[in-house]
Parts: sequence; structure tokens; C-alpha cells
Amino acid sequence: MVARADFEQSEGAGGTDIRFTGRLTLARLGDLPTRLDALGPIATLDLSALERIDTVGAWIVTRTVKEHGAKVTGASPEAQRLLDALASDKSEYRVHRDRRPPLTRMLEQVGTASVGVWNELLGIIGFFGAMIMALGTQLRARRRLRWHAIVTRFQTVGLDALPIIGLMTFLIGIVVAQQGAVQLRQFGLEVFTVNLVGRASIRELGLLMTAIMVAGRSGSAFAAQIGTMKLTEEIDAMRTIGVSPMEAIVLPRVAAATILMPLLGFYASICAIIGGGVFCWIGLDIPPVTYVQLLRDIIPMTDFWAMLIKAPVFGILIGVTGCYEGMQVRQNAEEVGKRTTSAVVAAIFLVIVLDAMFAVFFSSIGWN
Amino acid sequence: MSDAIDEQVAEELAAADAVRPEEFEHAICIRGLVNQFGDTIIHDHLDLDVRSGEILGVVGGSGTGKSVLMRSIIGLQTPTSGEIEVYGKTLDTISDEEESRDLRRRWGVMFQGGALFSTLSVAENIQVPLREFYPRTDQKLLDEIAAYKVAMVGLPPDAGPKYPAELSGGMVKRAGLARSLALDPALLFLDEPTAGLDPIGAAKFDELIRELADTMGLTVFLITHDLDSLYATCDRVAVLAEKKVIAVGTIPELLATEHPWIQDYFNGPRGRAAASGNQTAKRR
Repeated sequence: MVARADFEQSEGAGGTDIRFTGRLTLARLGDLPTRLDALGPIATLDLSALERIDTVGAWIVTRTVKEHGAKVTGASPEAQRLLDALASDKSEYRVHRDRRPPLTRMLEQVGTASVGVWNELLGIIGFFGAMIMALGTQLRARRRLRWHAIVTRFQTVGLDALPIIGLMTFLIGIVVAQQGAVQLRQFGLEVFTVNLVGRASIRELGLLMTAIMVAGRSGSAFAAQIGTMKLTEEIDAMRTIGVSPMEAIVLPRVAAATILMPLLGFYASICAIIGGGVFCWIGLDIPPVTYVQLLRDIIPMTDFWAMLIKAPVFGILIGVTGCYEGMQVRQNAEEVGKRTTSAVVAAIFLVIVLDAMFAVFFSSIGWN
Repeated sequence: MSDAIDEQVAEELAAADAVRPEEFEHAICIRGLVNQFGDTIIHDHLDLDVRSGEILGVVGGSGTGKSVLMRSIIGLQTPTSGEIEVYGKTLDTISDEEESRDLRRRWGVMFQGGALFSTLSVAENIQVPLREFYPRTDQKLLDEIAAYKVAMVGLPPDAGPKYPAELSGGMVKRAGLARSLALDPALLFLDEPTAGLDPIGAAKFDELIRELADTMGLTVFLITHDLDSLYATCDRVAVLAEKKVIAVGTIPELLATEHPWIQDYFNGPRGRAAASGNQTAKRR
């Protein structure tokens, strides 16, 4: 039977004399440090009865020696080697960062966060400018756009997103129609459900839903891909070879998002209208032919133009935000996750802010 | 102390008794190890013994499966066939979670890139194994342990609270070593510890390994490409070639063998330079 680390104590002249027994190792330590701390002044530490000692045991001995000025006796050569290795002063070795008082820390965090948001906005605007300049240089130098890189993105950004965007907006079309019908029925004006679905889908819902979906699917993918490339120094390698990352990485992605947003937005609007139509047919007995005829009368062409004007702007915004956040990745893998999240959050937030501004603008020029 | 805790302590003690490294002549025994990926055979009936208390250098050309060998021993890679015993136990046949944990406690592994957890500071990295295996250790002792381990591997005093990304390559290696030593293991696996270090840093790291091995009585399984490391630290060297360990022995013993790869390796321009450097160092 191997004993766990323990000690015998006897009262000597200058204080307690301790005689360790068993194995003074990490695995056998148990509550020995606590019991040792509870004792008064300790005069000597006898290690002669120890079966084994490891660095943790040696540390306990060293610590006690330092605190009580105790003397060590009976150390085996192995134990002595460990004790010697640990003998130098370790007090300046720090383990934790310095802590500040809570109030200061809170104020500091609020301050850092505010400055962070401001810098982020400036960063995105600056990045957008840099991208435009890169585009300018590329065109002036008569280098061809990297169509291959752009078209590859079409698949992931556009085609692969079709089922999910279609299903989502189709369901939203049904929900809007159903909720609208409930309210309008109170006035006996159920037929106006068509107005609601038609105009809301074309002008706002379809595009907004698409923007949110593209930000979540592709904006995040841009940030994560570029962030990982930053970590593995691929971007740096590219620069040293003389390939501009803006040209090779950022522009194709932003271009793909910009080109695809109007297409996806239009597709989404149509899906929402079909969803609304299905509800009108089943719930309100408006047959599809009548539904389509009504839509033709109700939806002004300006709604369609409004959507087509907004869509590429949202596309640029999502692409730029995703690429910008990816480029900001430094240091470690955690950063990739953080930046990806903020790419999505920033993109969705900015899209909605811009959408509100567009709404004000369009109504002030009479596109009601 | 309550009964529940008493019981837990008793269990821990029983587990700690299961393996007693000092009783084994060989820390690791490998017999007939076969590793195969698809059609590619990496190891073909490889045998190797690692004696307790020695530093065994493992060398071999690129792609001879040095890292795969290490991964097989520590259980990250299930061998196609063959037997690997570490302190008399075979990881494959250990069904008991406790027993395998107990074996894992006996070794520390330092990966090539350090493999520090990037979201934790150096001190927290060192404390991860301690917390995992001894959750009831109090925070003060944990902090003290982290501090002296940081000191033992020769990191500067302010390295503890730093994150891996804030460290230089050499410091990352030292921090990785500190984490692998957190549990005071009897057996230490090092995968190319000096790769990517400048010669001065590498020499210091060699010294550190030798010193720690002597102080803590470690058995070290050292994979390396660095001839200087072999001369400076290893008691014996195992040569991996032709899917087997073709020779094991001290460097003079290996030099006496006729095998062309070994001759090329130790008597190539770099081998000779390392050998003469080592002799000058010894004369000094």
C-alpha cells in the first residue's frame, strides 16, 4: 500500500518540526497544502522518509521554506536537484493580467466599444474607397476583370442560395397575406390583401430578406475565407508576388454579390408574390388569373425600379463588409469567428439603415 | 472531510497506483507495429524499445513516419496492427476510461507548432491539464505551479499572462514545453522541438531539455531533424528507414554500422559539422 502524501509533526525549539511521509507528488497531494498552511511557525522540514517527490512537492517545500524560514533536512539527491531548480525567486513571475477597478473598467469598455464602432465605420468607408481605386487602376492598366473568379462565386452566392431564399420568401408571402387579410376583413376589404402583398414584396420584403440571407450566407463566408487566408499568410504571399489582394480576392467577391443581388432580389419578390397568391387563392377565393391582373394594375413600375436601384447597393455593402472584416483578422482563430459575426451583424444593420434612407428618398421624389 | 470526498480520494489513489513508472525497465515497448493509409504502408512490423530515463532521438527522412509513430504511441492514430505498450499497458485494449486517463497523466506531449490553445494565456494553458486531472486543487496553488513552470522553461517573468499570439516562435515552443510538463509526467514526447528556431535558440532549447530531463528524471521521446540536437541531448538514437527502425544505439554505435542512409546522414556535410561542433563544445 502506497501512502498518500502526509506529514508527522513534533514540537521543537524554534517551532514545529515536520517529517514528510509517502509520496509528495501532485497525484498524492490531497489537502496537504491547506493543512500545512494552518500550522504555526515551522522550524525544519525532514524529507528523509519520502518515497518520491516531484516538482509540485518540491514547490510546496520551497514555499514553506520561504514563508517560515524553515530548514530542509534529509533531502535525497533527486529531491535536492528539484529543490535547487526551484530555489530562485519566482515572485516576479506573473500569472494574471493587472485588474482595474470595476467602474474604470466599465467606462473603459464603453469608451473602447464606441471608438471601435466609429473606427469600424470609417474602416468600411476607407476600404470601399480603396476598392474603387483598385478597380480604377485595374481598368486604367487595361487589365481584364477576373471574370473567372467572379463567375465561380455566382454558384456559391447565387445558385446555391436559390432554394433557401425561395422557400423563405414564399412563406413570408403567405404570412403577410394571411395577417393582412385578417385586418382588412374587418373593413370588408379583403381584396386589398393583393395590394399589400404585391407592393410590399416588390418594394421591400423580397429584397430585404434576400439581403439578410446573402449577408448570413455569403458575407460570413467572405469574412471567414479571407480571415483564414490572412492567418495562413496567403494574403501576404500574394502581395509579395505582386498580385493585389484587392484585385484578386476582394473585387471578384464584391462584384459577384453586386451582380447577383438584383437577380436574387427579383426572384425573392416573385416567390413572395406566389406565396401571397397561393393564400389569396385558397383563403380568399381570388383565382390566380385575377390575382395577376390585379397585380398589374396595382404595382407601379417605380416600385420595380426602386428595388433594382437598391439591390446592387446592398450587394456592394454586403460584399465590402464581409471582405473588410476578413481583412481585419489578426493573430488567432478566435478572431476569425469574431470578425465573421461582426461582418454579418454590420452588413444587416447597414442594409436596414440604408433601406430606410432609400424609403425616405424615394417618397420625397414622388415614387409612392 | 465528508465521506464522498474520502471515497473520491481513495479512488484517485487506487488509480495512481495502477501505473508506477519507476518499476519499468522500458517505458515504451513497440512490437510488430503496422500503419497503413490506403495502399501506402508507413510502418511494416516496426519494433522499438524506449528505456526508462533515457532521451531517445528518433530520426529519419521526411515521410518515414516519425510523427505517425508518435501519434500511434499516444493514441491519436490507431495502428493497423501490432502492439504498443506504455508502462505495460496497451492503449487499444484499455476499455476503462479511468485507466486510459491514468496513462495519459503519465505523459506530456509537445507538438511541433506548440499547439497552445490560442484563446487562453500561457499560464491558463499550463493550468488546463492540472484542472482536468486535479479539479480540486486550489487556485493559489495552480497559479504558483503555473508561475514556477514558466520559470523552469526559461520564459521571462511577464510571459504568464500573455496570449500565444503575443509570443515569438521560441517562446511558443517553451510555453508548449511548459504545458507538456504541467502534470510532472514521467514520459515526454517532443515533436521537432527545435524546428524553426535560430541556432542559438535551438542550442538553448537543447540544453533546457537535457537539464529538465536530468532534474525531473524524464524519459524523452524526441523526434528531430536537427543533428546538433542529437549530439547535444540524446542518449540513444533510433533511425527510421525502410518502414522499420533499422538501428538503435548511441551515435558512435550508429556510425559503426554500414547502412548507407545512416552513413549519409551522419557523415554528410551537415552531420560532420554537427559532430565537430559537438567535440569543440566538449573540449571547452
